[in-house]
Amino acid sequence: MNATALIAEDEALLAAELKAQLAKLWPGLHVVATVGHGAAALESALRLRPQILFLDIRMPGMSGLEAAQAIAEDWPDGIRAPLIVFVTAYDQYAVEAFGHAAVDYLLKPIDPARLAQTCARAQAALAARADGASAIAPQWDAALGQLRSLLAAPALTGTRQTPAAPRLQVIQAGVGHAIHLVPVDSVIYFEAADKYVRVVTAEREHLIRIALRELLPQLDEQRFWQIHRGTVVRADAIATAQRDEAGKLTLSLRGRPERLTVSRLYAHLFRAM
Amino acid sequence: MTPTHADTDRFHYPRHGAIVAGFSAVVAIGLSIAKGGDWMLQFVYAEAIGLSIWACTDFGRLLFKLDPESNWPVGWRMVVMQVSAVIIGYVIGTWIGDQYCGCSTFELWRHSARAFASYLVLSIAITASISFFFLSRGRDQRRLRQLAIAQRDASEAQLKLLESQLEPHMLFNTLANLRVLIGIDPVRAQAMLDHLIAFLRATLSGSQQPFHALSAEFARLSDYLQLMQVRMGDRLQTRLVLPADLAGLQVPPLVLQPLVENAIKHGLEPHVGGGRIEVSAMRAADRIVLRVRDTGAGLAAGASAVGTRFGLEQVRKRLATIYGAAATLELTPAADAEGGTDATVTIPA
Repeated sequence: MNATALIAEDEALLAAELKAQLAKLWPGLHVVATVGHGAAALESALRLRPQILFLDIRMPGMSGLEAAQAIAEDWPDGIRAPLIVFVTAYDQYAVEAFGHAAVDYLLKPIDPARLAQTCARAQAALAARADGASAIAPQWDAALGQLRSLLAAPALTGTRQTPAAPRLQVIQAGVGHAIHLVPVDSVIYFEAADKYVRVVTAEREHLIRIALRELLPQLDEQRFWQIHRGTVVRADAIATAQRDEAGKLTLSLRGRPERLTVSRLYAHLFRAM
Repeated sequence: MTPTHADTDRFHYPRHGAIVAGFSAVVAIGLSIAKGGDWMLQFVYAEAIGLSIWACTDFGRLLFKLDPESNWPVGWRMVVMQVSAVIIGYVIGTWIGDQYCGCSTFELWRHSARAFASYLVLSIAITASISFFFLSRGRDQRRLRQLAIAQRDASEAQLKLLESQLEPHMLFNTLANLRVLIGIDPVRAQAMLDHLIAFLRATLSGSQQPFHALSAEFARLSDYLQLMQVRMGDRLQTRLVLPADLAGLQVPPLVLQPLVENAIKHGLEPHVGGGRIEVSAMRAADRIVLRVRDTGAGLAAGASAVGTRFGLEQVRKRLATIYGAAATLELTPAADAEGGTDATVTIPA
């Protein structure tokens, strides 16, 4: 069977070895790119659209898990979702989470017999897709569910917050030499902007120097919903959720004119009661 | 409630009652031998008084605020509880004995206050010794329990330390690289294995000797960095600077190791472009300054990771134990344009 794959692994020797082993076990598998960090994995995956992604978890910059989330969110509509195989040397929490999520994963050093099993599974999954007349959209459903449960495992997302992270009441935003105190309740949404987060209220917006993933555990998840890897919105500020012909979901807000896009990873939050 | 206290298990009451009954029997036998008279009567009185006082004590304490550790009242409450338990128990027990013999001990007080007082003193003495027995027994058990908890905590801390030193993630990644090298470059694989062996030996025996030469410390760091070099390739540059006159300086083993690991783990590994690590030693007046500097992601990015603090805490604690306030460990953003982090250990020369 012919298929395409991408390898994301920051250690060159290990990447080369995985490629060599795959060549032996699955001659029809064409590795379209081998990259060394998460951001490159995201870029190459979206550009080359391989059918299988081998993602190392700990990579410089963006982790394999973050890359998987971004790929799932930005993957174009109408193209079949890739199969994802995570690779890790030792992450006791990760292995636990993988077990629950039933995502395929490989432990380093990679056991050739185990890799053969992974190849067989991937071939079976691709074959099932090929002869299934199933629509393209549902292809994502299983993968998204798995990704969601992986992202819910705090040890995996790199935040490593204690379970009882204190809830933030007031955001302290520096503006020139002054500190503006913004009550969390008045925030309509948070938006990631590189190493900063934009804090948007009805009246104005502030920039705070914190990564969104570090801010997230300090927010009440019942009140603030993540709708995209870069956007968290206060649930009671959402007026409507509208789906266009292509299936894309956008939100209109109370108190702000702009519309926010919901990624497919979080579209399940919006269902009519 | 978890049954951490031996005093709260369900056999507590019958067991204590049985011990008191046994004590009282011994007292009865002793009294009837010493004073003569009806041994059965002595026995009934001793048991009735002993068990009444015990019941007043053991159930009466529940009326008070209990110390969660011992399950007994503390301070003045203990005194009030014990004194009233003796008085009430003594009166009840004596009354029961009186019912049995058909006489009245309290009548005795009218006839001979002295005889009555000697009875009372005897009862108090016996009660006091029984109470003392239970108290010290409880204290011993508590001490044993605390000892067990302390031992468990210590071995947990040791395990955590070992895990942080061995870093399973690093170990398995190294093994993965080794596995590849064996196939394609056996000579390099052997060299890598030698570094791994030296690194493991140093890590596992590091805590056994109090000091080693700074040159040995640098050799261990070099082993570790060579392992990382194989893994990270040209993403890692290293520089070790050890002046010849400091090579023999005695330092605590592996004191710099956690700092170098942090520089890799939180500085260079997360940094897409990689970077450089410099480990240096120099003499400054009456101090020795040991520096681990990286050109990686910098403090803000890595500061949130719990692992950093644990490693740094270990180094701080060890320095404090050995040198007291004379040694310091500082973690600062590197001052020059290259950025990254500067970890500086200062020890007395």
